[in-house]
Amino acid sequence: MDARRESEATPMKNRTTVERKSERELVVTRTFNGPARIVFEAWTKPELFKQWWVPKSMGMSLLSCDMDVRVGGKYRLQFAHGDSQSAFFGTYKEVAPHSRLVWTNEESDEGSVTTVTFEEKGGKTLLVMHELYPSKDALDAAGTGAADAMVETFAQLDELLVTLGASSGRRDK
Amino acid sequence: MVQYTQARLDDSFAALSDATRRGVLEQVGRSDASITDLAEKFHMTLTGMKKHVGVLEEAGLVTTEKVGRVRTCKLGPRRFEEETAWLERYRQLWDARFDELDKVVEELKRKEKVNGRKKRE
Repeated sequence: MDARRESEATPMKNRTTVERKSERELVVTRTFNGPARIVFEAWTKPELFKQWWVPKSMGMSLLSCDMDVRVGGKYRLQFAHGDSQSAFFGTYKEVAPHSRLVWTNEESDEGSVTTVTFEEKGGKTLLVMHELYPSKDALDAAGTGAADAMVETFAQLDELLVTLGASSGRRDK
Repeated sequence: MVQYTQARLDDSFAALSDATRRGVLEQVGRSDASITDLAEKFHMTLTGMKKHVGVLEEAGLVTTEKVGRVRTCKLGPRRFEEETAWLERYRQLWDARFDELDKVVEELKRKEKVNGRKKRE
């Protein structure tokens, strides 16, 4: 029943990259087709943040989202997945409007420090998210169920293909 | 989006369809190697090895770096190590998030336009 507006509203899709910089660091990058102040706003206003942080494919929902975006301010996200709940919380360490955000994650002693930078160029914004974990184990653990996924090369590819096949099949129905 | 992933898989399969390239990948997985080393190890000409490495590089399975006159080959961002599966899952999660964030950005841009607050500097 949705109005078909995708063609006019959807800009060219930009590429998301993830790189493991070191045993303790992950870097995610993505360009957005908008100025830095807008992208920054979407990261720092709870009502906007809520609209994108938990995409449907995650299979969970966001129950609440509190963000006190200033140095020393706290954030807390409460999630529900099935019958269980979990929370994601920590403290903002640096807040430089439209350019830089740093926060800690405090769910455990092994929490990460996340630095997000927003770099505007020609009306677009390059976003770089850097995550630093206290140890290699902490980073590894962050990949949920990572151990289960440690299978042989081709098994991984097979699985991906099955997933892709399933999703394109669904569209045909 | 799906097409993009499929294109990458096609590249990977094509790159891995050749026994020499699989051997090179395995070798480079053990330690970085120069193209010359690899050519010797696999009894090939330098040109032949450069082609194979080029295909692997295209697929993101290896990267090369030239230091002085030696081009060194190492595992690329898409190396098939144990961590690859979850890194890819992690990428997909962020990609899904960012697709949603794209929509938020578009919406905010549209609102700004409507409100006529789009001032020139």
